[in-house]
Amino acid sequence: MNTDTERRSPVSALLRTAATEARLLTREPVAICVGILLPTVLLLGLGALPVLREPAPEFGGLRFVDTWAPMALILGTGILCVQHLPSTLASYREKGVLRRMSTTPVHPGVLLTAQIGVVSAAATLSALLLVLSSWLVLDVEPPSRPLLFTAAFAVGTASLIALGVLVAAVAPGATAASGLSTALYMLLLLVGGVFLPQNVLPGFLARLGEVTPPGAQLLLASWSGDSGGAVLPPLVQLAIMAGVALAAAALAARLFRWE
Amino acid sequence: MPIIDVRNLHKRYGEKTAVDDVSFSVEEGEIFGILGPNGAGKTTTVECVAGMRPADAGSVSVLGRDPRRDRDEVRELLGVQLQEARLPDRLRTGEALDLYASFYRSPADTGRLLESLGIADKRDTQYRRLSGGQKQRLSIALALVENPRVAVFDELTTGLNPQARRDTWDLVENVRDSGVTVVLVTHFMDEAERLCDRIAVVDSGRIAALDTPAGLVARTDPEQRVTFRAPRDFDEQVLAARPEVASAHRSGHQVRVTGRGNLLHAVTSVLAREHVVAEDLRVERSNLDDAFVALTGRSPEA
Repeated sequence: MNTDTERRSPVSALLRTAATEARLLTREPVAICVGILLPTVLLLGLGALPVLREPAPEFGGLRFVDTWAPMALILGTGILCVQHLPSTLASYREKGVLRRMSTTPVHPGVLLTAQIGVVSAAATLSALLLVLSSWLVLDVEPPSRPLLFTAAFAVGTASLIALGVLVAAVAPGATAASGLSTALYMLLLLVGGVFLPQNVLPGFLARLGEVTPPGAQLLLASWSGDSGGAVLPPLVQLAIMAGVALAAAALAARLFRWE
Repeated sequence: MPIIDVRNLHKRYGEKTAVDDVSFSVEEGEIFGILGPNGAGKTTTVECVAGMRPADAGSVSVLGRDPRRDRDEVRELLGVQLQEARLPDRLRTGEALDLYASFYRSPADTGRLLESLGIADKRDTQYRRLSGGQKQRLSIALALVENPRVAVFDELTTGLNPQARRDTWDLVENVRDSGVTVVLVTHFMDEAERLCDRIAVVDSGRIAALDTPAGLVARTDPEQRVTFRAPRDFDEQVLAARPEVASAHRSGHQVRVTGRGNLLHAVTSVLAREHVVAEDLRVERSNLDDAFVALTGRSPEA
């Protein structure tokens, strides 16, 4: 049966591909559990310990759950953008998914774009879930500067995605991509102060954490109002991180191989 | 106008010449084979035909269009099944086909396509749970979902078990019978001999010969052999009197005759005249394997 239709628009191809990629993500138990649900589960779990819900002087009079909430967010977003994204893209290249798509009128760049869109949406979902549940369950105030928080989250996620695509671009195969991305993930968590609070990190690491993706300090400052001793003003932090995102994206675009 | 016309195609990767002055044309409705050992330049040739790679020199035309300049148009007309192109593990058969159908102007009915390829019951099965043969069927389906005028199948049956290979061969014939011209890239002799109307034998980036399977066999070794069992009182030398017969030998009951032309008819008419009842009469002729070795000096599957 032939149904002669108009030329398919690139937008409709992108939407179809994104819908398929979203469906595929829902079938990845690890990405769903660790990327989207883990931050909330972890924070709620830690919040179940009464001592972590008491204001403490070492957190500047805040509670542990207040200061750690942004860290939980980074934990999940990092999994999605720096681990799931590059290993998916590298496996698509290794399996020839991108090559096969290049035999159709739709460029494989559409698949890459769709994958980035789906990962951004999942990261946003993870953030909403965390902010809402920590507010409703643990009384963690929603971000005190919502606009700055949203900007910080958007730029932070974008910079993580750019780094993720860069890993996919330079990794020769899916195995190498997952190794590289794990190393990158750990590094970002360390500098971001997820393992150790910023105030016990060596000074240069703490400063670095102000501007390395995904901007843990900025998320913290715009959420709980605790600047964590950041030296740079928020907008400068944001601008530097956007610069990192653009540089990583430009490099990734130059180096990315479709086969 | 030929469906595909390749003239003096050249393609190098750095120092290595992958395709060296290859010319051929594919006519409407045929199954055209590109046969050669791994690394002979077969895949590079079809990648140039599909517009996936630019040629260094020479010209390629698909239905009168340039695969690089008229990229989008050619992609609507040419279906490609690539060697070792897999799909995401958790993608379902039906989802893959529906997605690819949405990429084209006039896609086929995906339900009917799955039906005709015998995987209609796998519509909701994830790619990782399909057998090798089913994956290849899906791959064929993806190449056919655009309703192409010509389909390229690259190493379609590599890694399949013998039954799945034979089933896949039937599918390829069905595709041709439905009016689609087929280009079949393979390194399997039996596959080329069984399916192809014409074969380009490719070796080290060049076309060593281009002919029908029978033509390729005949041009390398026209000699035939006929063997049969006959009673001891039959004198095999009466066969040698026929002009078609080059030699006739006997060992025990077994008689072996070599010659050219219509050797079988010559032998049977002599046997009939002599009232000899021959048993186990066989014609042995060289096959494409022998032809390939004669043309290229090596075994294709080595």
